Amino acid sequence: MTTTSSTLPLPASFALDRRIQRPLVILLALAAPLVALAMGKSWVRVLDFALLYVLLAIGLNLVVGFAGLLDLGYIAFYAVGAYTWAFLASPHFGIHLPFWIVLPLGAAFAALAGIALGFPTLRLRGDYLAIVTLGFGEIIRIFMNNLNQPINITNGPQGIDSIDPLTIAGLDLSRDLDLFGFQISSLLLYYYAFLACVVFAIILVRRLQISRIGRAWAAIRDDELAAKAIGIDTRMMKLLAFALGATFGGVSGGLFAAFQGFVSPESFSLMESIVVLTMIVLGGMGNLAGVVVGAIMLTALPELLRHFAVPMQMALFGKTLLDPEVLRMLLLSLAMIVMMLVRPAGLLPARTRYAHRDRRNA
Amino acid sequence: MKQNKLIFALAAASLAAGAVHAKEVVVRIGHAGPLTGPAAAFGKDGENGARLAIEDANAKGIKIGGDTVKFELVSEDDQADPRTATTVAQRLTDSGVKGVVGHVTSGASIPASRIYEQAGIPVITPSSTSPKLTQQGYKMTFRVIANDLQQGNALGKYAVDQLKARKIAVIDDRTAYGQGLADAFANAVKSSGGQIAGREFTNDKATDFMAILTKIKAMNPDAVFYGGMDAQAAPLARQMKQLGMTAKLMTGDGGCTGEMIKMAGDALSATTFCTQAGIPLDKMPGGATFRTQFKQRFGNDIHVYAPYAYDAMMSVIEAMKAANSVEPAKYQPALRSLAYQGVTGPVAFDDKGDIKGGAITVYNFDAGKWAPLQTIQ
Amino acid sequence: METFLQQTLNGLVSGSIYALVALGYTMVYGILGLINFAHGDLLMVGALVALQTVTLLNAAVPGLHPVILLLAGVAVAVPVCMAVGYLIERIGYRRLRNAPRLAPLITAIGVSFLLQTLAMIIWGREFHVFPQLVSTTPMEPMAGVVVSPLQIFTIVVAFALMGGLMLLVNKSRLGRAMRATAENHRVAGLMGINANGVIAATFIIGSGLAALAGVLFASNYAIAHYAMGFTPGLKAFTAAVLGGIGNLPGAMVGGLVLGLVESFGAGYIEHLTFGFLNSSYQDIFAFVILGAVLIFRPSGLLGERVADRA
Repeated sequence: MTTTSSTLPLPASFALDRRIQRPLVILLALAAPLVALAMGKSWVRVLDFALLYVLLAIGLNLVVGFAGLLDLGYIAFYAVGAYTWAFLASPHFGIHLPFWIVLPLGAAFAALAGIALGFPTLRLRGDYLAIVTLGFGEIIRIFMNNLNQPINITNGPQGIDSIDPLTIAGLDLSRDLDLFGFQISSLLLYYYAFLACVVFAIILVRRLQISRIGRAWAAIRDDELAAKAIGIDTRMMKLLAFALGATFGGVSGGLFAAFQGFVSPESFSLMESIVVLTMIVLGGMGNLAGVVVGAIMLTALPELLRHFAVPMQMALFGKTLLDPEVLRMLLLSLAMIVMMLVRPAGLLPARTRYAHRDRRNA
Repeated sequence: MKQNKLIFALAAASLAAGAVHAKEVVVRIGHAGPLTGPAAAFGKDGENGARLAIEDANAKGIKIGGDTVKFELVSEDDQADPRTATTVAQRLTDSGVKGVVGHVTSGASIPASRIYEQAGIPVITPSSTSPKLTQQGYKMTFRVIANDLQQGNALGKYAVDQLKARKIAVIDDRTAYGQGLADAFANAVKSSGGQIAGREFTNDKATDFMAILTKIKAMNPDAVFYGGMDAQAAPLARQMKQLGMTAKLMTGDGGCTGEMIKMAGDALSATTFCTQAGIPLDKMPGGATFRTQFKQRFGNDIHVYAPYAYDAMMSVIEAMKAANSVEPAKYQPALRSLAYQGVTGPVAFDDKGDIKGGAITVYNFDAGKWAPLQTIQ
Repeated sequence: METFLQQTLNGLVSGSIYALVALGYTMVYGILGLINFAHGDLLMVGALVALQTVTLLNAAVPGLHPVILLLAGVAVAVPVCMAVGYLIERIGYRRLRNAPRLAPLITAIGVSFLLQTLAMIIWGREFHVFPQLVSTTPMEPMAGVVVSPLQIFTIVVAFALMGGLMLLVNKSRLGRAMRATAENHRVAGLMGINANGVIAATFIIGSGLAALAGVLFASNYAIAHYAMGFTPGLKAFTAAVLGGIGNLPGAMVGGLVLGLVESFGAGYIEHLTFGFLNSSYQDIFAFVILGAVLIFRPSGLLGERVADRA
């Protein structure tokens, strides 16, 4: 039931020349928003969101793909990051701290939340952990929705608006930049800022993966008992996975709040957790490239469906039988089922350098 | 291709030369709302209202700046999701719309309003009632419907002054809409001398209200107010009846729908009250015609917000006429000083962009439909 | 006092529905060690199929007695759900039986969303009115406490079904085979038990119960909707864990306890927390209980097989 990467045409040809591959990816990442801009600013906005989801998927992948702990409430950390930014950089409390304080704080709070979730659930494995994390995600959302009384902390379901944009060294990313008569769109500025975060995250995670920690996670994922037996502190390692994964969620959440300028509990529903999970399932759990591809694919999917599926159905049947949202749900759910049945390792399976050959516990 | 265009343009120009400025310009106006997802019915309703306004305006052959203007509706689906709303807003501004009618839900309107503000495109919401929308200080944001404060206020006062309810229990569904309305209602009750016997909560996916209703029943209130939508208000009404509660049931416009009547069945009675912003359609000069025209054009009845979307679209067009320009920067001031007789009542905006003195009408259930009781200015 | 009794009654009604659904979770978990995430959505399928049947039948033969309509709805909904349950097991889970544990779980989430999406395509997104075929006219057996025939009906049917299931599992051949398979499939297979058949039967029985729970749920709240199964499903799972997953009486006790906790919780939380928390936190009780049970007493109230699986 395991498909090895050698039988797949795509990864095989990808692996042909890594010297070409790398500059190509870099070029693509740098040029993508410019191409998108030619198609309309809304596509750049989609790319911006895609990068935020990439960051989320990388974080969730640490927990699920590397350490093998299924987290269904991951969006809670995104919420913690977003609300931290909203509290500390908006008129809500009248506090306007700069990003280099707010973003790390958001990441830290998210990490704390990760530890708070991880600590009591360390003993749980697999399916039980999944349900408890799902509950945790819902509890966080319900609290954010209700903590406007007795004292108003989160402003409840109304959400927090007029959130400060990301401002780096006096440059307000929410305004178009006028550079020698050239207008550089705010969306492009955000894109490159997010890209920098994603690149940093990827480098960090790749380092982690081949470090002692990464190998310890792989060992726990593949066989927890054996990992314990060879002297790995499984409790510590699992906590670390939760905390680090949550950190990425927190950073992404903070950037989301700044970019959108408005947060409300409805953005942090269970469905979002499931979508991020599908991203890594689709791309290939444990494999960074796969996770990135999965995240971009699924963020762009609704836009593509809207753009192509509706006209196609109109042409074929003369009316829209399945609207884009239904199609998206349908594809998401089918993706989860079919991927697990046919290609459990994802579209771009993880290279098995540091894991079992047959990856039974991936 | 280019050459063809040129020849065509030349031909058009030579024709136009004969008839001094008789060329037709196409002006695109956007509509944004949920066309898919649980709130799709509201978005579709708004889209139809906006479409009807555009068709009416085109039929009249309006001239602006000497040119005959043909309006075109660009409709987008925001799924009532804040993030999608910003993408949709971006797409609308990309496509060069001169104005936007939307968004439908407050959670979508608030993040989207920032994008329209930066692009300098006026946006008029037919149905987002969160007071916060117009408190952001944006110049391009307008609203043709009374906000939650105005509506909750009117209903709260009505409950105490007219219905003589002294003890009132309040339930809300913890959505931006339900909570905002319930808070405004509760404040109005208190300031009118009534008493809030209890404040209970549920959510917008709940079906079982027995526990909170039992608690409320023990307080023995004169009336129960529910801030939320018909899908929960209807089972709530049924469960009140099942518990043998005789208190009056009151809801805002979310429960003032035909669906509510269908779903609640025999649980509704003359002691069920609800409000809608605006003046009853049938009392308006063009109201009855609007209703039949809408039914003829789209084959179904007005859900809730279609008349407001119609008025929002008409406000944009009227302001363009007044300013004699379709350019947002030129007609935006005209929108500020607009005085237009819409199908939901007179439309004029205050300096925040809210509708001036928005009327609220109280209805009660009577002989299978909502019957207007009183309009509060 | 009346309020207390009334809340008890409310809790028993919702609790008996949770219990019926929890049985399905616990049976499947007992045998496969799998959380069948899609189980809650079978409740939705049952309710909507029954509604469709009742509507069609009522249109074809007007004036039928409500009880006949209800029975017809059930008669169609139960086999349909059984078939769906069987298909889910056959197509989705059987191939993954020996796969790493994450795989069937993710598949199950996928199946859950697939069922909801298909229901959305077939029945649309709107809330449908489910006809209340049993009377809801309130009766007052004692001052201040109100009960409707529908509520009594719900509790009676739920308990009868639970009793029937207990008999089936404890007394019949199939029941013995199920228990043996739950103990250890391989050994059961060696003893001549067709493990695949037993597992399929488990899914079929659980799905049938979910269909009935769906009809009871929809009649009680007069509503049917494509997403109606998710929340009761989650709560029923909590109930199963609370009672000790894999343990049939445990699921029943867990369901009833959860129903009561929610009812009393919503009713009294404000007094208990001096006004700090209120009924807006009603939906977190299930999760808090779930977390607490798993952390402090993973074998549940009534215990049995779990600790190692957890």
